[in-house]
Amino acid sequence: MPKHGMGRMPARPQNVRQTLKRLLAYLAPQKMLLLIVLPMIMLSSAAAVAGSLFLKPLFNDYVVPFIGQQNPDLSGFISLIAVMAVIYLVGVAATYIYNRLMVVISSKTLAVIRKDMFAHMEKLPLSYFDKHPHGELMSRYTSDTDALHDALGMGLPTLLSCSMTVIGVFGAMLVLSPLLTLLIVVMLGVMFLSVKLIGRKSGFYFKKQQQAIGRVNGYLEEMIEGQKVVRVFGREQQAARDFTTINDDLCAAATNANTFANIMMPVMMNLSYVNYALTAVLGAILGVGGLLDLGSLASFLQLTRQFGQPISQISQQFNGVLLALAGAERIFAVLDEMPENDEGEVKLVRAEKTADGWQEAANGKYWLWKRQAADGVIYTEVKGDVRLENVSFGYLPEKTVLHNVSFYAKPGQKIALVGSTGSGKTTITNLINRFYEVENGQIIYDGIDIKQISKTDLRRSMAFVLQDSHLFSGTVRENIRYGRLNATDAEVEAAAKLANADGFIRHLPQGYDTVISGNGGNLSQGQRQLLTIARAMLADTPVIVLDEATSSVDTRTEQLIEKAMDRLMDNRTVFVIAHRLSTVRNANAILVLENGRVVERGDHADLLRQKGRYYQLYNGLFELE
Amino acid sequence: MVSKKVAACMQGYRLPAVLTPLFIVGEVALDIGIPLVMASIINVGLAQQDVPYICKLGALMLLMALCSLALGVLAGRSSSVAGVGFAKNLRAALFDKIQQFSFRSLDKFSTASLITRLTTDVTNTQMALMMGLRMLFRAPLMLLCGAAMAFYINSNLAMILLVALPLLSVVIFGIFIMAFPRFRQLMSKYDSLNTRTQENLTAIRVVKAFVRGDYETDLFNNSVDEMQQAAFRAESLMATTMPIMQLGMYTCMLAVAWFGGNTIIAGEMLVGDLMSFISYISQILMSVMMIAMISVNLILSKASINRIGEVLDEEIDLTEPQNTKETGKADIVFEDVCFAYDNSQNGQEKRADVLSNVNLSIKVGETVGIIGGTGSGKSTLVQLIPRLYDVTSGRVLVGGVDVREQNLADLRNKVAMVLQKNLLFSGTVADNLRWGNANATQAEIEAACRAAAAHDFISTLPQGYDTVLGQGGVNLSGGQRQRLCIARALLKRPDIIILDDSTSAVDTATDKAIRKTLREDLHGITTIIVAQRITSVMDADKIAVLDDGRLIDCGKHDELLESCAIYREIYYSQQKGGEADA
Repeated sequence: MPKHGMGRMPARPQNVRQTLKRLLAYLAPQKMLLLIVLPMIMLSSAAAVAGSLFLKPLFNDYVVPFIGQQNPDLSGFISLIAVMAVIYLVGVAATYIYNRLMVVISSKTLAVIRKDMFAHMEKLPLSYFDKHPHGELMSRYTSDTDALHDALGMGLPTLLSCSMTVIGVFGAMLVLSPLLTLLIVVMLGVMFLSVKLIGRKSGFYFKKQQQAIGRVNGYLEEMIEGQKVVRVFGREQQAARDFTTINDDLCAAATNANTFANIMMPVMMNLSYVNYALTAVLGAILGVGGLLDLGSLASFLQLTRQFGQPISQISQQFNGVLLALAGAERIFAVLDEMPENDEGEVKLVRAEKTADGWQEAANGKYWLWKRQAADGVIYTEVKGDVRLENVSFGYLPEKTVLHNVSFYAKPGQKIALVGSTGSGKTTITNLINRFYEVENGQIIYDGIDIKQISKTDLRRSMAFVLQDSHLFSGTVRENIRYGRLNATDAEVEAAAKLANADGFIRHLPQGYDTVISGNGGNLSQGQRQLLTIARAMLADTPVIVLDEATSSVDTRTEQLIEKAMDRLMDNRTVFVIAHRLSTVRNANAILVLENGRVVERGDHADLLRQKGRYYQLYNGLFELE
Repeated sequence: MVSKKVAACMQGYRLPAVLTPLFIVGEVALDIGIPLVMASIINVGLAQQDVPYICKLGALMLLMALCSLALGVLAGRSSSVAGVGFAKNLRAALFDKIQQFSFRSLDKFSTASLITRLTTDVTNTQMALMMGLRMLFRAPLMLLCGAAMAFYINSNLAMILLVALPLLSVVIFGIFIMAFPRFRQLMSKYDSLNTRTQENLTAIRVVKAFVRGDYETDLFNNSVDEMQQAAFRAESLMATTMPIMQLGMYTCMLAVAWFGGNTIIAGEMLVGDLMSFISYISQILMSVMMIAMISVNLILSKASINRIGEVLDEEIDLTEPQNTKETGKADIVFEDVCFAYDNSQNGQEKRADVLSNVNLSIKVGETVGIIGGTGSGKSTLVQLIPRLYDVTSGRVLVGGVDVREQNLADLRNKVAMVLQKNLLFSGTVADNLRWGNANATQAEIEAACRAAAAHDFISTLPQGYDTVLGQGGVNLSGGQRQRLCIARALLKRPDIIILDDSTSAVDTATDKAIRKTLREDLHGITTIIVAQRITSVMDADKIAVLDDGRLIDCGKHDELLESCAIYREIYYSQQKGGEADA
């Protein structure tokens, strides 16, 4: 059961009406079910009210008259009990039906919301992910959807049935005695005021508790992560002292927050008792004054007893509903983000060469750019000719990261980008596959401006091996197949062999079917790197981008990786962000970047002769990272 | 069994923990009493049109309600004091315990699992205690009182309870128990869904680069469908509890009405009593429901309590000797050292020796390099010196005395170690440096930073030594972080400094400069350098070459080039790599 007791403050939704409207749109497909739920809730509450209201007249009319009789005529009593039984059964059935239907409605609606959110998230541009911490996005999928789920499945029906009971009871009261009802209205005001007051207090302390929890968790995370350092520096006592301070803070805030949450129920319960007592006394006085007959007062008091429970339930659910609305609002905010636009019209197709030109084929040997022109379709072979012309770019408008960068890579050439952290190496690769859009200048790919190429097709034409070797939970085979989803097992294994990964994979407990966890905990850094190379190998694209790994791997694995990289680069246009200068030596061109500008270019021998920046880097005179 | 150490965390909060049930008892007594007053108001006051009586009872009821309110507030307060205080103690106990953990224990529990235990598990336990204190007494008490009142009113009629209660309890508990595995399944589906989502977030570049958005969306949708199925199975079952409760309640009411009606006709009971009887019945049945719910929640929190207990009960395997021995100069001797990590945890690997029969002695003031491939045991070897791990067999002597016979704090004070995976903490640069010596003056800090070639870059930072670093020092480059870590270690003014591959991201020139200062300015410090790069160790007094846990050779650079094939191999492979000439 999704658990979340304390810990989150009832953050108020900003625009309730708008959010409700969108939520209703999500509920629309379940319209039919909801239309059944509503009368069912009514039936269920009606049965409950009927049960307690009609027992007394039942006894007065059909039991009391027969007291003391030897052979009482119980037929009326029996038939009324039978009627009650039927009403109750209907009530139970109605309760079952609406509970069951709400499960269907809430789980289906939430599934749709989850799917929509994920599908939309996958379309968002990278800049969105740069701006939003992963933890924050994750909570859209966890706490926010959970709160919504609870509110739909539990809160909504409770609110509905309680409101119905309250309205019904209130109506009956009004009929019995408008004067006493006035008292009830006043008491209701007091109750809502107390709910509001306690709610505000508890909200305030929950917020404080939330901040304290944030501090405690942050501290814990950092200290547990750095526990070995703590050990080495003998800082155990200092750490324990620091922790005591923030732990005590949390304790103080949490005690208050929980106190207010705990007292809500008893306060509401007892206020309803107070209500009862006041009503009884006032009613009796009215009765003496002849303003109310005492039979009505008895019924009125009976009704007053039925008031407390639903009101305190409403007050309990109300916070949950607010929480859910705030969560829904954040979910909708994700859905409102602009997705990556893809206006490119040039498509990537695979084809075979036939006597009369290109023939598109799903697994064709050639990759072609396909353009619609006035006089029909134009095919251009994907060669991997990439040119940057006066490219300038900044992630933020006020901060330019790349200044007027121009260079070219002819098909099959290997271009190395060298420079220290922040020099703009990674930015260049981000622009080539349009993770970000070039601001000034242009990038020309096989003679086509990449802005005209469909983004997905552009990216399909190049494989990336990133510095952080991200793998996914799943088998080794699935991870390699990520490069080309329709690859056969044999092709996967062939790619692994080329990537020098086959050897270690076969030594894993279940070989290619070994399940690896997402962070690849059970593989070494080098092995993970080899898997990502295999993945790119399988993709078999005309262009490759390598962000070489810096991690210290042992010499043997390093050689394996190096050979694998060499094979990967064979016959392809390659952009390599080099951390190990050894891999740069046989590049066709080396670009040395500094502060977003190309400061040197040439091949290895040229640059060494220049005795400039490259020479210094090569000789370890500067830090690369 | 709840671990004794978990129970001990009630320390200081026993009073509110005991008071809560007492308050609750009072509250329940009033809760039971108030309906009696209400009944009297109707049955006596209204029936006899006795206004003063009604006013009297009304005042009494008002008073009772206010008392009940006060008790309820007190119970709410004391239960939260007890629950939150218990959680605080638990957190403190866990944190203290972890501070005592050896590296071996730290390896055994992963970082993530320790954090979960300190956060989620503690919160779960707190909620369970708070709820337990309030409800675990309230519900059974309501049940007992209700039953007593029912029997008091009419014991024959109360027999209905003897049938209804066990039946309903069995059914409700049965449903909850059946729902258990279904909810567990739901949770595991939910977990795997979240894992994949998390992976999508961290690897968003890979997803985008391979244009796998649609593919991931399909996977996600399938997982959502699976989860929805599981949720449906679990929640549908839970959805039956409410109608079943109603069914039980209504059946009881009809039975009471029928049998009660006959009793009334026989003249053995009053209508008013029957009405009260019915309200007690519903109170009893609600209590059953409540008890079932609390039990389930307590069972759920049991897992959390156990996980906390595991940490608190972890044996501290690095024990300090009773009589610590004074040590001499900081020379280091490894005597026939063998070491194996305890892998019994994951059960996969056997205890493979990481170090076998290593013999090595290091003189005071010497600089020693240690070279070897990953997994050759270099880091392990040096971690034995400050007793981060204990040897499996053999001895490690520092200053002539076995490290296991020394005062641990003194030993670690003497040895400064720069770990391979070294971390900086949030706070200013100076804060971080003061880890080495809390009382260091600005001059001392700067001196250490100069020695570690860190002063220059720190001076260029916006606020110099007062620049605030993000968690883990994210706003610095790898090499800068490493140099700060070295400076931090130097501030300890240690007798022995160990650099475990701590200059890998530092450029060769700076690396060389740092080694030069260590050798010349900080004369007399025994220096051990573990490195991948031969350039980092080639000018050491001696270089130990490790392969597969064995010390295969030891000597100066030139000697090793002559005599040691593995050393030669490493050297030439790096030469080719173009990093040889610094």
